[in-house]
Amino acid sequence: MKKSQKKMLLRIISAAVITLILLITDRFIPAWYIKLLLYMIPYLITGYDVLKKAFHGIRNKQVFDENFLMTVATLGAIAVGISNALNGGDDDYLEAVAVMLLYQTGELFQSVAVGKSRKNISSLMDIRPDYANLEGEDKTVTKVDPDEVEIGSIIVVNPGEKIPLDGIIREGTSTLNTSALTGESIPVDVFEGYEVLSGTINLSGVLRIETTADFDGSTASKILELVENAASRKSKSEGFISKFARYYTPIVCICALALALLPPVFLALSGKDPMIFTWIYRACTFLVISCPCAVVISIPLSFFAGLGGASGCGILIKGSNFLETLSKVKYVVFDKTGTLTHGTFEVTALHHSPLAAEELFKYAAHIEGHSSHPIALSIKKAYKKEIDLNLVKDIKEISGKGIMGTVDGHAVAAGNAALMQELKIDYKDCHHTGTIIHMALDGSYAGHIVISDTIKAGSKDAITALKRAGIKKTIMLTGDSEKVAENVAKTVGIDEYHAALLPDEKVQNVEQILKTKAPGEALAFAGDGINDAPVLSISDIGIAMGALGSDAAIEAADVVLMDDDPKKIVKAIRISKKCLGIVHQNLIFSISVKVICLILGAVGIANMWIAILADVGVMILAVLNAIRALFVKNL
Amino acid sequence: MKKTYPIEVDCANCAEKMETAAKNTAGIKDATVSFMTLKMKVEFDDGADPDAVMKDVLANCKKVEEDCEIFL
Repeated sequence: MKKSQKKMLLRIISAAVITLILLITDRFIPAWYIKLLLYMIPYLITGYDVLKKAFHGIRNKQVFDENFLMTVATLGAIAVGISNALNGGDDDYLEAVAVMLLYQTGELFQSVAVGKSRKNISSLMDIRPDYANLEGEDKTVTKVDPDEVEIGSIIVVNPGEKIPLDGIIREGTSTLNTSALTGESIPVDVFEGYEVLSGTINLSGVLRIETTADFDGSTASKILELVENAASRKSKSEGFISKFARYYTPIVCICALALALLPPVFLALSGKDPMIFTWIYRACTFLVISCPCAVVISIPLSFFAGLGGASGCGILIKGSNFLETLSKVKYVVFDKTGTLTHGTFEVTALHHSPLAAEELFKYAAHIEGHSSHPIALSIKKAYKKEIDLNLVKDIKEISGKGIMGTVDGHAVAAGNAALMQELKIDYKDCHHTGTIIHMALDGSYAGHIVISDTIKAGSKDAITALKRAGIKKTIMLTGDSEKVAENVAKTVGIDEYHAALLPDEKVQNVEQILKTKAPGEALAFAGDGINDAPVLSISDIGIAMGALGSDAAIEAADVVLMDDDPKKIVKAIRISKKCLGIVHQNLIFSISVKVICLILGAVGIANMWIAILADVGVMILAVLNAIRALFVKNL
Repeated sequence: MKKTYPIEVDCANCAEKMETAAKNTAGIKDATVSFMTLKMKVEFDDGADPDAVMKDVLANCKKVEEDCEIFL
């Protein structure tokens, strides 16, 4: 608890104790004015700042706020008590004191709850580096503010420390914990030459890093800025709330005034007892109920918790407004490469080989040993072992067909069908989609290797889960060939696909869907953020995946997924639905309780006790409900 | 020019009032106050002196909400 909150708590407790003592000793108090004075002690202890703020507000022409409501209501109740006492009736000042006490308790609870969730959320995004160990010319290391480190400096990061700035490892190997950025807790192995991002935590070895960005340009700063800005982009619901509060309080005050004046006037005109104090009391009750705190605090708190919870899972949503739109998504359009597939080539199959897979890969990897073509790299990756280039001799590249030479004393040829035809080797065709590498060993066919862009492990689950989350249609757009597109679409279960598209045709396709969708439905586009910026920007929601380290993607998208797992799209939608669900629950719950109590108060069924309990109770429930939006890890 | 300042304020409604007060200060193009992050984001008019303008903003905010603070 903060100092001011502790002081408030002390005020509340001491006032409550005094009130209790007064309640017990009540009947021994000789005169009504002494009783009034005594009850004023706890009233002022708890409520002096409310009174002060109310008068301050009136002075500055900012009349209608909750301080004003509480002040008028409690002073009104006291006035009714005094008039009862003067008429020899039963005077009761307890109500005014209790209203003030409960109101302040509610305010304190709210302030503690908000402070707590603020802390929770900032610890979720605890990536701000506090210092950097800068290495000087003479190899001495000094601790400095990350702000002072220039691009190209050498910094030292010890195990357990946060990497303060983006850079390239110049010395050392280690494992990094990237969970603060990606929400995934699998450690990443890093070594010399590896590009590291600020905000990750060095787990095992000492690293010397050459910085490639200054503090403001570093990933950690950019992400923090994005998260902090998110709260200032307000959603429609929040806009509704601030408008609501602006009109609501004055309207309620006018209603209360009418309630205090009109019925007595009518009663007096019709010759009955005007019961003027009864109606003033009812009007005061009305004012207490009308306090809009529950709604005003719980809606932004829900959004804030939702945004914070999402960023804890590696999903950065750039504003409450996008969280709102995300919950309305009915169409999800995917880019293929890099989104549903890895976007890198991998050996996916090996057919018709008389040799063991490892044996064949050995020849294939060695014959391609000198090449840095993506296809060659993927074969080398499949071989997994060191390549001994001394075994390789007489390499001859046949342009557009393949490569020939000797490996370990065997004549090896690797290439496409044309190469096999040229060498007059009887080869077998392949029905798989992808690039086919036929292999020949000592003049006879040794099978073929299929290399293709692999579908991500999570893609199929993601599409199934999207369906379950109420998405009407999933669509895949790709510049790739029809055959490849069909294969991917069938495997992952996508509803519709369009292949062989040029970038501007992707835009046209999305525009077409945007035109046909019903109002109130939203379209999300998920891409890897590279060269799909135009589509990202015309969609209702642009989702960039695997955006870690890609500035362009972070810039263009509304939702940024820090890793490239397509299941995170479903998660983002689920988070938004949960959050918006909570917002609507709170709106409906608190407004309906208020309306019911207002009616009961106006006709005299609800007294001031019920009024304040309803007000504080609704607020506490709404705040607790709002905090639920933070817990999204297991969605 | 845009700048962000940390603030101190007790309630969401008060933050709303600060935002309105800041927006209506001369030299300010736009301002947003986030109660949740306790930050005030300010966009200054071209050629305005941020330090001088922010003093006015603070004064105006104090007028509508006594307990608020902007850490300049």
